[in-house]
Amino acid sequence: MSNILSIKDLYVDVGDTSIVNGLNLKISSGETHAIMGPNGSGKSTLAKAIAGHPDYKIQSGKITYMGNDLSALSIEERSNLGVFLGFQYPIEIPGLSNTAFLKAAINAKRKYHGMDELSASEFLVDLKEKSKMMDIEQSFLSRGVNEGFSGGEKKRNEILQMLMLEPTLSILDETDSGLDIDSMKVVASGVNAFRNKKTASLIITHYERLLNYITPDYVHVFHDGAIIKTGDIQLAKDLEERGYEWLTNP
Amino acid sequence: MSDKDNKNKEINEFLNKSYEYGFTTEIESETIPPGLDEDVVTLISKMKNEPEFLLKWRLKAFRHWKKMPQPDWAKLSIDPIDYQAISYFSKPKQDDGPKSLDEVDPKLLETYEKLGIPLHERAKLAGVAVDAVFDSVSVVTTFKDKLAEAGVIFCSFSEAAIDYPELIEKYLGTVVPIKDNYFAALNSAVFSDGTFVYIPKGVRCPMELSTYFRINEAKTGQFERTLIVAEEESYVSYLEGCTAPMRDENQLHAAVVELVAHKNAEIKYSTVQNWYPGDEEGKGGIYNFVTKRGDCKGENSKISWTQIETGSAITWKYPSCILRGDNSTGEFHSIALTNNLQQADTGTKMIHLGKDTKSKIISKGISAKSSQNTYRGQVTMSKGAKNSRNFTQCDSLLIGSSAGAHTFPSIDVMNSSSILEHEATTSKIADEQLFYCMQRGISEEDAIGLIVSGFCKEVLNELPMEFAVEARALLQVNLEGAIG
Ligand SMILES: Nc1ncnc2c1ncn2[C@@H]1O[C@H](COP(=O)(O)OP(=O)(O)OP(=O)(O)O)[C@@H](O)[C@H]1O
Ligand SMILES: [Mg+2]
Repeated sequence: MSNILSIKDLYVDVGDTSIVNGLNLKISSGETHAIMGPNGSGKSTLAKAIAGHPDYKIQSGKITYMGNDLSALSIEERSNLGVFLGFQYPIEIPGLSNTAFLKAAINAKRKYHGMDELSASEFLVDLKEKSKMMDIEQSFLSRGVNEGFSGGEKKRNEILQMLMLEPTLSILDETDSGLDIDSMKVVASGVNAFRNKKTASLIITHYERLLNYITPDYVHVFHDGAIIKTGDIQLAKDLEERGYEWLTNP
Repeated sequence: MSDKDNKNKEINEFLNKSYEYGFTTEIESETIPPGLDEDVVTLISKMKNEPEFLLKWRLKAFRHWKKMPQPDWAKLSIDPIDYQAISYFSKPKQDDGPKSLDEVDPKLLETYEKLGIPLHERAKLAGVAVDAVFDSVSVVTTFKDKLAEAGVIFCSFSEAAIDYPELIEKYLGTVVPIKDNYFAALNSAVFSDGTFVYIPKGVRCPMELSTYFRINEAKTGQFERTLIVAEEESYVSYLEGCTAPMRDENQLHAAVVELVAHKNAEIKYSTVQNWYPGDEEGKGGIYNFVTKRGDCKGENSKISWTQIETGSAITWKYPSCILRGDNSTGEFHSIALTNNLQQADTGTKMIHLGKDTKSKIISKGISAKSSQNTYRGQVTMSKGAKNSRNFTQCDSLLIGSSAGAHTFPSIDVMNSSSILEHEATTSKIADEQLFYCMQRGISEEDAIGLIVSGFCKEVLNELPMEFAVEARALLQVNLEGAIG
């Protein structure tokens, strides 16, 4: 087991407001961590700060990913080194086909690692298999990136991208929100397929339901930009029953 | 190195340079000294051994042009052009035309090589015939035999004037009359060369016809003349693409293109235009004032224009269709990209005369830096154009906050049964779109290229495959430095 992500005393500002306040978190390979917390507590802010979004400024503290200080790496370098963010609100890129987009992403990563471009046939075989697993019809792949996709389709498309890019650390920001029960199972199976000894996931969610399919090793409660409690799946069940009050206002 | 490696290397080099075609081929040429009067017009005609009717036609155009004021367009800022400082004829020195590629001046071939169109390779590329125009005179025409077999005429305008004078006399100036506009009149007087295409009745042209234009001589205005006639039940797809060497002075390009489609005939005309746009301060660059018009003369005929405009300092161009035949169709698909201080004023005119005529206009304008991009369109439904339809879609994409996008659609409807639809959008490349792409490992520059090509998809899809690839590369190259 090796260290994948380590966050030390992290403070993140959006504009003039401090949103993440003194966060500490360690994730090792093979682990799945869940983060739960009230709306506006800074979960997405943390995810975007790890991915390197320019609007989310690290004021102090340090994020280390596989031995690299992330603040020294560009957004695309972080991605190419294996950081994947499944967006809470995946954006649409009209006219740019999902296939062309995925191919560009995969080849960017290969180029970064000094590899040749993936052949069209290899790419298509892989894409076909994984899109089937995500229950995404072939016709969706030639549509624009997320263009006119339903909420659930966008989320499954995020997981498809994750499976295609084979990251090391996958941060999934409310990938389960707005999913029907069948889609939830599909998403969970995708996440489980991604799990292995070398990878790690950080799953941001509001519902214990997803965690029944993806059993996390740790459950963290996020509040006002910091982790206020850590437990296992039982903690998620308690939250489901009792809400956050008992933790945030003891 | 294999051909493929070579190609990849070429493409990479292409992508890595902001404007690589800034070289001049050193080649002896015959150039008429600068200046314009009736003697010069006569000299041009004589040097080309033109038939008498053509000389008369030129002189008529010249006399008319002299009386016309240079137009003044609100949205373009243009330095005055000194027409007496332009040389109106230049031709690479070569006795008799070359019979094969081996006879072509190696310097010329080298030029094409640098342009990424090695002729001998292109020639092998299935289905593409290249009539390469070097400066003002056609130098090489390939695939002539195969075309001749089908009865297709594909040759330089000068050759056509000598070999097929009756066709030229019959059609020249019928779509764009001498008096049409200032630049058309000038072109009619002094046009140097160009292309003539004739597709006989019932013939589907067996290959894409393609011409590469190139401006080479210093201070040589380029006045191309293209005439395409498609007889009944025929089909042709024609491609024009161009790059120009780097220059400090603005160069004028005033071409005229005329298309005639008879009953049930279809003409597809595609352009990839990448002339030198000038530097970041707006110095240099081509003035591109082109008159392009198609006449859907016969019933059920169809003309479609597709253009990718990325170059030139100033572009002024409205490929148009006259929908004369009943049930005829006109289409205009356009991508106009402007960067730095470029100005583009482009669009189309669809003139519906026959009944049940249809037109479709898809315009995609992309403006970056301080450039100005204007769509100007006109749709006219005449009294007789009963049950005609037009669909217009104008989309603008802005990159950064100082670029300008303007849309001036104008509609003129003189009957009550016609239907017109118009859609227009203006969008910006959103930071969140860039972040999404970059989170997937794609660099910012590539992300912009991808988003732009997505924005232009409907138009890129209209281009033949190999040109779509080239067009995407062009968009990417021309967007370099668009952000930041
Ligand atoms: N780009 C931004 N500009 C201004 N405020 C922002 C921005 N991003 C986040 N915030 C603010 O930061 C706070 C935390 O937002 P964040 O999206 O991280 O919360 P969250 O925990 O993900 O909430 P939810 O559960 O609703 O998704 C909120 O008050 C939000 O309004
Ligand atoms: Mg959130």
